[in-house]
Amino acid sequence: MLDRLIENIPTGVRTQLIRFGPLLLLAIFLFAAPLVLSDFRVNLIGKILTFAILALSLDLIWGYAGMLSLGHGVFFGLGAYAFAMFLKLEASAGKLPDFMFWSGLEELPFFWSPFQHAWFALPMVIIMPGVLAGAIGYLVFRSRITGVYFALITQALALMVSILFIGQQAYTGGTNGLTNLTAVFGHSIYSTSTQQTLYYITVVSLLAAYLLCMGIVASPFGRLLVAIRDDENRVRFSGYDPAIIKSVIFFVSASLAGIGGALYAPQVGIVSPSIMGIVPSIEVAVWVAIGGRGTLIGAIIGAIIVNYAKSLLSESFPDFWTYFLAVLFIGAVLLFPRGIIGLLRREGWHWPQWVSVARARISFLTNFANTMRRTAR
Amino acid sequence: MTDPATFALLLFNGLSMGSILLLVALGLALSFGLMNIINLAHGEFIMIGAYTAYSIQQSAISLTGDASPAITYLISIPASFLVAGIMGFATERLIIRHLYGRSLDTLLATWGVGLALQQLARSIFGAPNVQVVSPGWLAGSLHVTDVLVFPIKRIFIIVLAFVCVGGLFWYMYKTHWGRRTRAVMQNRQMASSLGVAANQVDGLTFALGSGLAGVAGCTLALIGPIGPSMGTFHIVDAFMVVILGGMGQITGAIVAALTIGMLNSIFEFSTNAVLGKVMVFAMIILFLQWKPNGLMQLSKR
Repeated sequence: MLDRLIENIPTGVRTQLIRFGPLLLLAIFLFAAPLVLSDFRVNLIGKILTFAILALSLDLIWGYAGMLSLGHGVFFGLGAYAFAMFLKLEASAGKLPDFMFWSGLEELPFFWSPFQHAWFALPMVIIMPGVLAGAIGYLVFRSRITGVYFALITQALALMVSILFIGQQAYTGGTNGLTNLTAVFGHSIYSTSTQQTLYYITVVSLLAAYLLCMGIVASPFGRLLVAIRDDENRVRFSGYDPAIIKSVIFFVSASLAGIGGALYAPQVGIVSPSIMGIVPSIEVAVWVAIGGRGTLIGAIIGAIIVNYAKSLLSESFPDFWTYFLAVLFIGAVLLFPRGIIGLLRREGWHWPQWVSVARARISFLTNFANTMRRTAR
Repeated sequence: MTDPATFALLLFNGLSMGSILLLVALGLALSFGLMNIINLAHGEFIMIGAYTAYSIQQSAISLTGDASPAITYLISIPASFLVAGIMGFATERLIIRHLYGRSLDTLLATWGVGLALQQLARSIFGAPNVQVVSPGWLAGSLHVTDVLVFPIKRIFIIVLAFVCVGGLFWYMYKTHWGRRTRAVMQNRQMASSLGVAANQVDGLTFALGSGLAGVAGCTLALIGPIGPSMGTFHIVDAFMVVILGGMGQITGAIVAALTIGMLNSIFEFSTNAVLGKVMVFAMIILFLQWKPNGLMQLSKR
């Protein structure tokens, strides 16, 4: 009956529904969530949605341009640090931030002072991760490093940046990071109204980021990305420069991740290097793989489901959670490579070969046994 | 840097760092050259090797009552090789085999394997680090001059690494299986059609590489603490070796490992450990601008 109902919708409307339906559903759910959930849960979801922005940014380059970055936590972290530096200076109210005082600094380092102004800190949320990604990306893509090599280099980047931040105690707060971020533009981050406002800002940013990514993917530029993913040389021979195109999309993706980070900082109240190491960076790839890469909405769904499950499970069974995550990593690529979205679209459950072999053997054996039984009778 | 003794000491440290890196990176380079995959659980095979050495020593201590039995460490080297090799073989057969041709997916799946192995080690041995007591015959040091002192341990590690590399060369160039491995590396389809069982070669080579990582873990147990996540820190350097050396080339991996070891040791001396690593990373990226395929490249047909 549902099928007939769907068939009766005019084609034009149907394509629009398929296109914007997920966005609409998502918007309704996220805007309605604060009405039914407790403040604690809303804050948790707000945090998770910043991860969804991060996952979206990774899907843009992995799902469409075929570049798996294992260092996306760095860009998220840089965005978070850029905004947290502003918040930290605001919280210190004109005095030297506490960790600098403890490390023996006597005045604010020169690169910290511009972060007193929001007009400087907010653009830096996009510029810092974007420029790092653009620069490294251009160097890497120019020498035609792709695939696994690119993944490993970005992973090394994650290690380098995180140990660099841990090592520079006096300038970055070391392992603890920037703590005690108490207020955003004069509003205490512990008050319910501020948290709700931050939640809604995050929801709007996520939806805007989703629309932006949809626009990019549908544009001629997006087609080029897919072409590069599928055959980079052919694109090069057609007169385009893949290095430039890939650097641009890497820049966009990193900036988006930075925005996610900037929204993360005030909602959690602390930014530390632990959000940009190797492990958190590679976890992003799993969110995307679970949701379904190359679908955009899948990245969002994957990030929400995995992180919500994490907060439910890891509090009570931390050991179990690690095993569960490991199984997710392996299962996502072995059994359902198209992710949740792929399952919904019935693209399939992907049994490894030995399962079908075993199945064939079992059915052969049962048939054989049945025949034997019949002949015996 | 100015006086020759310090410089010699730096070179020696670099050689010792490089030889551990080499043991770790050989397996990675081999499996990339052969199957075009990178195994992110490789660091956990290092950890397995180290814990094997630890378990053997603990059981020897409880059996003999001797606090530091001399012979156990020698036993634990082949044992680490075997245990890590078997684990590697199982990983290849159970998981990696099904992902052939999907390099990036293999990356994620093997990371999952590594995560599970780390947690397993945490459940069995506990989260705190443990220590292997070095045997007495490795304790001293070699006094060349008054300033120039080489610890026997480090010399032993360097010698062990070169013995392993020699063994690998012997395997690759003097045995049947080595010849088959080289054939599959050069042209998988042609080798298969000439009767080489390519998937058996895959499994065996992968096991060999993991076994070498196990030996590396065994040597790391001599010079540092053993913990569930000890592999992660060493593995990124090993990836850099593979990228710098060119995939699938043993010679490339040797040169790259020693170069990175030396550079690390020199930069760490002139700045500090963190900045040293960052500078090496930057130099690798810049080097790839000049030679994108790394130091050496396997000719594929």
